[in-house]
Amino acid sequence: MTAATITAPAPAPVAASRPAPARRTYRFELVKLLAQWRIRLLLLACWLGPAGFVAVVSKQSSLPSDTVFGRWMGQSGWAGSLVVLSFCCSWVLPFLTSLVAGDVFAVEDRLGTWRHLLVAVRSPRRIFLAKAAASLTVIGALVAGLAASGIVGGLAAAGNRTLVGLDGQSMAPGSAAGAVLLAWAVALAPTLTFAAVGLLGSVALGRSPMGLLAPAVLGLLLQLAQMLPMPAVVRAALPSFAFLSWRGLFTESVQGRTVVVGILVSLAWAAVAAGLAYWIFVRRNFTDVAYDGAGRRLVLQVGAPLAAVLALGVGVVAVATPAAGSGIDRPKLETSLAAAYAHLYRLQAHELNRPDVTERALRTGATCDKGGSLVDDTGAGNDWRCVVTWHIPGATATGSAIYQLDVTADGRYVADGDGPQSVNGFFQVRTPTGDAPNPLWQFDGDVDLLSATVKG
Amino acid sequence: MDTQQDRLPAVRARGIGKAFGEVVALDGVDLDLPAGQVHGLVGPNGAGKTTLLGLLLGLAVPDAGSLEILGVPLQRTLALPDGVAGFVDGPGLYPSLTARQNLAALAALRGEGKDDVAGALDRVGLTDVADDRVRGFSLGMRQRLGLAAALLTRPRLLVLDEPANGLDPAGTRHVHRVLTAVAAEGTAVVLSSHRMDDLAALCSEVTILATGRVVFSGPVAKLATEIGELDYRLLTSDAVRARTVAASVPGLRLLPDDELLQRQDANALLVRGGTAAMDELVAGLVRAGVAVRELAPVVAPLEAAFLALTEPAPTR
Repeated sequence: MTAATITAPAPAPVAASRPAPARRTYRFELVKLLAQWRIRLLLLACWLGPAGFVAVVSKQSSLPSDTVFGRWMGQSGWAGSLVVLSFCCSWVLPFLTSLVAGDVFAVEDRLGTWRHLLVAVRSPRRIFLAKAAASLTVIGALVAGLAASGIVGGLAAAGNRTLVGLDGQSMAPGSAAGAVLLAWAVALAPTLTFAAVGLLGSVALGRSPMGLLAPAVLGLLLQLAQMLPMPAVVRAALPSFAFLSWRGLFTESVQGRTVVVGILVSLAWAAVAAGLAYWIFVRRNFTDVAYDGAGRRLVLQVGAPLAAVLALGVGVVAVATPAAGSGIDRPKLETSLAAAYAHLYRLQAHELNRPDVTERALRTGATCDKGGSLVDDTGAGNDWRCVVTWHIPGATATGSAIYQLDVTADGRYVADGDGPQSVNGFFQVRTPTGDAPNPLWQFDGDVDLLSATVKG
Repeated sequence: MDTQQDRLPAVRARGIGKAFGEVVALDGVDLDLPAGQVHGLVGPNGAGKTTLLGLLLGLAVPDAGSLEILGVPLQRTLALPDGVAGFVDGPGLYPSLTARQNLAALAALRGEGKDDVAGALDRVGLTDVADDRVRGFSLGMRQRLGLAAALLTRPRLLVLDEPANGLDPAGTRHVHRVLTAVAAEGTAVVLSSHRMDDLAALCSEVTILATGRVVFSGPVAKLATEIGELDYRLLTSDAVRARTVAASVPGLRLLPDDELLQRQDANALLVRGGTAAMDELVAGLVRAGVAVRELAPVVAPLEAAFLALTEPAPTR
């Protein structure tokens, strides 16, 4: 007979529980964000506000001509959305990211809910990703609202009509629609940067109002920086460059390189800022009740990598593009002005019911000078004076018109007609169907800051 | 059924230490918490209670010693087994959500059903205000909702920081009933409180911390006897004769008249002694024909013990 030994099984070790699933954590963060009256109000404002604004302004006799495409709001429904986009790129998008991403971490500090959240989710990493994803979702919904609302308002007020581009060229409704949607998509890249800066401020500065305001303050500083004269490569390495470079989609020859550079630069800034935010967040000691932001030492920890991104960006842009100096010079302006004038002359001829003429037949040229012979013909300023010449169809004579150009440091210019009166002296022209805006009286243009100088 | 996990101690801490820079928050703390027990954690401000509760919730790991939660050694932050819930530094609620939404969001996060939400709200007596936003809740209501949130996951270890804070007497009784019922179901409850009456009413054992060290750990009854002598307020029908009787009882001291006590009743006496001396005093008073109207500790025994154990010794 053999004896059998029965051994009781060892108690199975109880494993540590897994963190809450990422999808549920994301949904939890989204629910919290959408429950805030501030976010609901923003959503409402973004989905309704632009439509009302564009619809009302498009019907006014005085249009916002200081904003790109503003002067065309009454002519094409697509211009309204671009005016909204311009305004958003200046103020609205940094402000929105402040209110959403700039508060998404700080709110837990204010409410004292970090420990509760950590015990529920059990993974700081997952909390960070969920918060970032939820705030990006809300920001995306806000931007989508701004875009859709502006388009709907514009189309309702001015119709699905041809849009005049920044080289004066006519863009068919289909191509204008594509360009408008693409422009909003381009603006998403710097919005992402501002959102990442918001996350960084929210993580690093805790309850401090500076954390909440970080994207708005950055937006203001970048606005000021874009007004300053600086080398084009430095301008292009700033995270807000794509807020301007989308205009390159509306020139006759699309400024593809400039648009792509703007997007890539923004994404690089966004990646570094989000990475820093993550790095700070996962190292935080959540048992420290007195924690109120990561303190001054972070100025170096955050400032140094961001300065490195700027330096690297400048280097890469300098190598990857032929940009030199301010990016604004006489040949570029002359080329742009001549092209715009030719297109708009043709548009004027059409309005006046004159025989059609091609741009090629006009053989338009421009000669510009900045501030007289003692000043270099480069850079921004309102002292550019240009003479446009063209061949009058059906005649041997050459026509000429004078324009004063106000060129801003970001490459945009406003050409203001200075005679002769018959061409650009009046802001309206008399057409067979009534008075209409004179396209040659004043118009916008845009020079490509990152292109090589055109050899005259 | 009595499973192996039920028999495991909910908490087993041996010599745990935790420091924040130069500040030592916990120093060689031992703690055993069996399933089904309500254990009080008490100590003056800065004693290390919140740090210890934070460790039990996995918010940090000890710098020294070993800590097992539900049989799982805590080796890294938040690596807790299922079945641990609670709160430190407030219940952690979102004011823009209603009570029901707060719990539903939490239930969805942890994969619990919505049915549990109604049950948890009912258990803490918040069903009537389930669809009100937490923004308008009183501190007591928030505490109860925080408790409901903790109960949502049917914890086997419930860690609560000042759960009765802000509660009115009725609310306090309600919370006590809930916690007693939870413990009866086998959940180990560890709670901190500054209110000795709460702890005496609720806890079978207490741990007293002072400057990061355990100065007492054991049954509440044992704590009361540890203190030995207590101060009693004595109110009789004849204060003069009572004073004479008290002076003759061995082991009893008459304390100088306390102004506050005098103001309440000019005939009150203040005496200090152990339980035996008090028995002798009552017998003496009865023999002397003095009616005893009141003989009660000036400070509750638990509180007296707490003060004796945690107050720094007077400097000479």
